Amino acid sequence: MEKAVIRKSSNHINQNEGLIFERSRPGRRGYCLPASDVESMPIESLIDAKQLRDDDLAGLPEVSEVDVVRHFTRISTWNYAVDLGMYPLGSCTMKYNPKLNERVSRFDGFAASHPYTPDEMAQGNLRLLKALEDSLAEITGLAAVSLQPAAGAQGEMTGLMTIRKCLESRGDARKYVIIPDSAHGTNPASAAICGYAVKTIKSGSDGSVDLDNLRQVIDGDVAALMLTNPSTLGMFEEKIEEVCRIVHEAGGLVYMDGANMNALVGVTRPGDMGVDVIHLNLHKTFSTPHGGGGPGAGPIAVTRELEPFLPSPRVVEITDANGETTLRLDYNRPHSVGRVRAFHGNFSVLVRALCYIVSLGPDGLREATETAVLNANYIAHHLKDDYEVAYPGKPMHEVVFNDKRQQAFGVHTLDIAKRLIDYGFHPMTVYFPLIVPGAIMIEPTESEGREELDLFIDAMKSIAREVRENPDLVKHAPHNTRIGRLDEAAAARKPVLRWRPASSAAGQK
Amino acid sequence: MADNPENLQYTKDHEWIRVEGEIGTIGITRFAQEQLGDIVHVTLPRSGSSFEASESFGEIESVKTFSELFIPVSGEVTEVNEALNDSPELVNDAPYDGGWMIRVKISNAAELDKLLSAAEYDDFIAQQSGD
Repeated sequence: MEKAVIRKSSNHINQNEGLIFERSRPGRRGYCLPASDVESMPIESLIDAKQLRDDDLAGLPEVSEVDVVRHFTRISTWNYAVDLGMYPLGSCTMKYNPKLNERVSRFDGFAASHPYTPDEMAQGNLRLLKALEDSLAEITGLAAVSLQPAAGAQGEMTGLMTIRKCLESRGDARKYVIIPDSAHGTNPASAAICGYAVKTIKSGSDGSVDLDNLRQVIDGDVAALMLTNPSTLGMFEEKIEEVCRIVHEAGGLVYMDGANMNALVGVTRPGDMGVDVIHLNLHKTFSTPHGGGGPGAGPIAVTRELEPFLPSPRVVEITDANGETTLRLDYNRPHSVGRVRAFHGNFSVLVRALCYIVSLGPDGLREATETAVLNANYIAHHLKDDYEVAYPGKPMHEVVFNDKRQQAFGVHTLDIAKRLIDYGFHPMTVYFPLIVPGAIMIEPTESEGREELDLFIDAMKSIAREVRENPDLVKHAPHNTRIGRLDEAAAARKPVLRWRPASSAAGQK
Repeated sequence: MADNPENLQYTKDHEWIRVEGEIGTIGITRFAQEQLGDIVHVTLPRSGSSFEASESFGEIESVKTFSELFIPVSGEVTEVNEALNDSPELVNDAPYDGGWMIRVKISNAAELDKLLSAAEYDDFIAQQSGD
């Protein structure tokens, strides 16, 4: 058997580390306070007994400062981050977050301004909000943008609330939202929260919307179609204009899930396709931190007809008698769905997104899109002999394989993902979209250069070879990590959610 | 995949029903639990609730995914498999036995005619897995 070619990672250097509770030593402390200059009193004489905790606080860790620093620093090295290497999670767009964004978001004018600052003293911040709204409107080809939603799923909910308000104003909120079977799970959840029942339509053999099926289910009770384009299979919905026409003719609206907008920015615009509402994940497409790195932001863009229903307040431009323009927050929005988020959304995330848009400019944004699509196709091309492509056709910014060829050797998608960790990469998305059994979904994004893509391709090819020659090696991966394969079923079925002192743990089952 | 018991009837959503008099016992198939992977949680309805055929009567969560459970025929729930609260793995280990989910009083026996036999279901999943 040929030896595994692990070029990127050998053994993880990070050390084992116990719980902070286990480092505790009686009497050890991380502070040294001066003598108290007031008389000490028993706590019971100061605080009512009802408010005092009487449960056992014994067991809180007693540690020194260096104990604490080393503990958390060691744990931090167990993390995998986009600053360490490629993060090929499909449908997540884990692109690099430029440090310039971080620098700008920390400017005092942004970071230290209070959200209650009067409008006339916050013109710069309002200008930033307006500039980002205008940029996103232009990028999506839609009339107006709300920056309030705090993340993608809240954007979906806000978008559907806006649709409901609009349809109510037309006289009937309707009953159903149509969602393709390849959709993100948040889509049906958002529809249900907004009071709509969900009708699922099946994907055609090429993974796109089945127009005949759509025509069968559409009627005057359908409020909206929720669609992801490119689809979660990474394929452009080529009949999108026809899809929008069918929905509009039945009096419904089209909601586009913008999760895959990284394949479209600067090349084509949802508004031009007939989409009425789209949410954007700034933490995917516009390079703001994703996941644990910070809060997200899920602005929505809508058509002119839907603009009055957007969350309140809106940033508006006022021109006075002298022709001077100032920006104001307009709370007089009688048709608005109301607030969905305190103040102005996750403001510092919005700063980062505008920084990305402005630093790349129109040509740079288009080039980022083209590179993202090129990178995914490069991977698709080089891995198609080793892994079966789930659906035929040209992928856009991500590609979906399945594990059919590997199953013959008793190896499944999960094993391949675990083995990839040994090669120094974060695993790809697995088992999504749900319509692909054993899905292996890879999205490299434009951040990766050809060298990193080649390393990834070599790793995947090497794993495919291991599956054929030594499947047990893959089935029991990872081998080079601090700890091996975890029992995920046991962790989900019987989670241990907190540490307990040995004495009380003994009393538990 | 020929181990689907012949005394059961099946749906294309991968549920099975065993009919004894007017009572039907319902669960998911061996194929379904294999596709889902290790089951970690099953949410079932209360006894006494009623469902129309094909309605969702509960939810099942595995380490990989989350799915709805669809009732093969209309009826009122008479009994729920409480053992699944603590031992959802029964669905993996014994999908046709200890992993049953609910018993219903069947309200329209004619609906049973629309369900698949074991042989028809075998054919259906052979098509699904594409080999």
